[in-house]
Amino acid sequence: MTEALLEVHDLVKHFPVGGAMLARSATPVRAVDGVSFTIRRGETLGLVGESGCGKTTTGRCILQLERPTSGRILFEGLDLVTLGEEALRPVRRRVQVIFQDPYSSLNPRMTIGQILAEPLKVHGIVPDRQGRAARVRELLVQVGLLPQHAGRYPHQLSGGQRQRVGIARALAMEPALIVCDEPVSALDVSIQAQIINLLEDLQSRLGLTYLFIAHDLSVVRHISDRVAVMYLGRIVEIADRKTLYEAPVHPYTKALLSAVPIPDPRLEARRERTVLRGEVPSALKPPSGCVFHPRCPIAEARCAAEAPNLREIKSAHWGACHLA
Amino acid sequence: MAAAPQTIEDLARAEARRPRWLAVILDFARQRPLGAVGAAIIVFMALLAAGAGLVAPYDPLANDYAAMLSAPSAAHWLGTDSFGRDLLSRVIFGSRTALMVGLGASLLGATIGSAIGVTSAYFAGRVDLLVQRVMDIFFAFPVIVLALAVVAILGTGAGNVILAIATPMVPRCARVVRSSALAIREMPYVDAARASGFGHARIILRHMLPNVMAPILIMATAFLGEAILLEASLSFLGLGVQEPTAAWGLMLRGAAVEFAESAPWMAIFPGLAISLAVFGFNLFGDSLRDALDPRLRTQ
Repeated sequence: MTEALLEVHDLVKHFPVGGAMLARSATPVRAVDGVSFTIRRGETLGLVGESGCGKTTTGRCILQLERPTSGRILFEGLDLVTLGEEALRPVRRRVQVIFQDPYSSLNPRMTIGQILAEPLKVHGIVPDRQGRAARVRELLVQVGLLPQHAGRYPHQLSGGQRQRVGIARALAMEPALIVCDEPVSALDVSIQAQIINLLEDLQSRLGLTYLFIAHDLSVVRHISDRVAVMYLGRIVEIADRKTLYEAPVHPYTKALLSAVPIPDPRLEARRERTVLRGEVPSALKPPSGCVFHPRCPIAEARCAAEAPNLREIKSAHWGACHLA
Repeated sequence: MAAAPQTIEDLARAEARRPRWLAVILDFARQRPLGAVGAAIIVFMALLAAGAGLVAPYDPLANDYAAMLSAPSAAHWLGTDSFGRDLLSRVIFGSRTALMVGLGASLLGATIGSAIGVTSAYFAGRVDLLVQRVMDIFFAFPVIVLALAVVAILGTGAGNVILAIATPMVPRCARVVRSSALAIREMPYVDAARASGFGHARIILRHMLPNVMAPILIMATAFLGEAILLEASLSFLGLGVQEPTAAWGLMLRGAAVEFAESAPWMAIFPGLAISLAVFGFNLFGDSLRDALDPRLRTQ
């Protein structure tokens, strides 16, 4: 369990702003600005942060749906950033994705059977038609659906069922890594639990590795082995789940965790809350030094001048704060 | 049979007995009577074209020098032309030419146009910019001029006329389809297809094109009427189908110039046929657009 499956080094993704091709503005949106982390084979890394902090963009870069501006993405030792579209094809089989919105992630003009059989055919995983139909039934059962769902269209299924189809589509490719981009945030709470359990069950049976992107801290706490916290395009803290939730070092992580309500009115009334001042600054003009300093309750003069690097504060507990 | 009071159950049973396709058509007719009129005209025209040989009282090419330029009568309901050919028969056979050229041009234009539109949206960036500027160049020419240019290059004849009429449709269809395809491109299922390592052609044809079919269908229907008019215009100018084929524009050509005063029926009836056909297709096309895609409504 110590072998690294995915290593991300100094990943940067800038988006140009301003429409015209010839007159792109000089200041791009710094969606992801120097993100590094490792995912070991068989583990789940949770990636949390507010909307717009760059967690989805990070996932899309790993999937090579966006080409990074700079940085390296090593998957099984292969740098995906340097590969062309053709060379990426076999890698794409090994890195799959589950999307947030189960309504728009399935092609409305294809039946569930066609959706699941397509990758089997294109990648030559199951070359004959009968074999594909059998494999599709197997996949459907594996994610808790019925074989007869193969003939249905996506609009005939419920949100939870569609999300199961999305999972089955990812499994069809027999991947090693699945990027789960907010896979449960569009679902009802009761369905969320079912999908989370399914993901965990599949992980233990098939030895999958997950990058689990979410903004729901309790869901991330439940499923992750380690958790990374992102703020404004950077990782501010990364540690194993227990350490991060019980002894966070970064003031942003502390504020984030203090915002989670406790399901007990007496404890809830007494708990301490750190309320952050202001809004998340624009990724167009990130603050100088530590990007969190304008909102940080403990910021000092040097926080505005000098950007903190992610350093190992305790063993296997990394934080990007001068004062931690 | 006594008129029993209609209960909801009765109505539901009657509804269930009716086949689904019929229910869809009846619904359309009830909600959009004008569209239904258009559809009726189109169906009538299609039936005439299909059964022209059975319906037409005379051979449309047969000359009858004993009855040249005769006014409408019991023998020749719409009269005859300067060669003694029966006008009713020529109008009926003319619907064949009109439909063939119209359908051919619409189909060809919509196919090429939507292929260009979806591809342009899919590749985005520089490819999109280049393709759209080329389309702009085509837009700069009036439709008839563009069609004339193609005929001038390729020569006359039914096949070339179809090409000529399809040409101005390509950029229009490409632009409308591109705008729909741009939205489809951002759908997660297209991302999923890309993340699965599918080829460009597969993503364009299997994942994007089927989801932009509604605007393509609407464009093709709306263009049919215009294509018929364009075919008549080209024939009128002598650059479309050639004599002695029965074609409405061609019939006008001879009639309007020399016989407008002495034999007005020669010009009136093919003119009416053109108007009616274009009217029918436009009515139907507008209703179809409203029914399929309310967002494209013009007002």
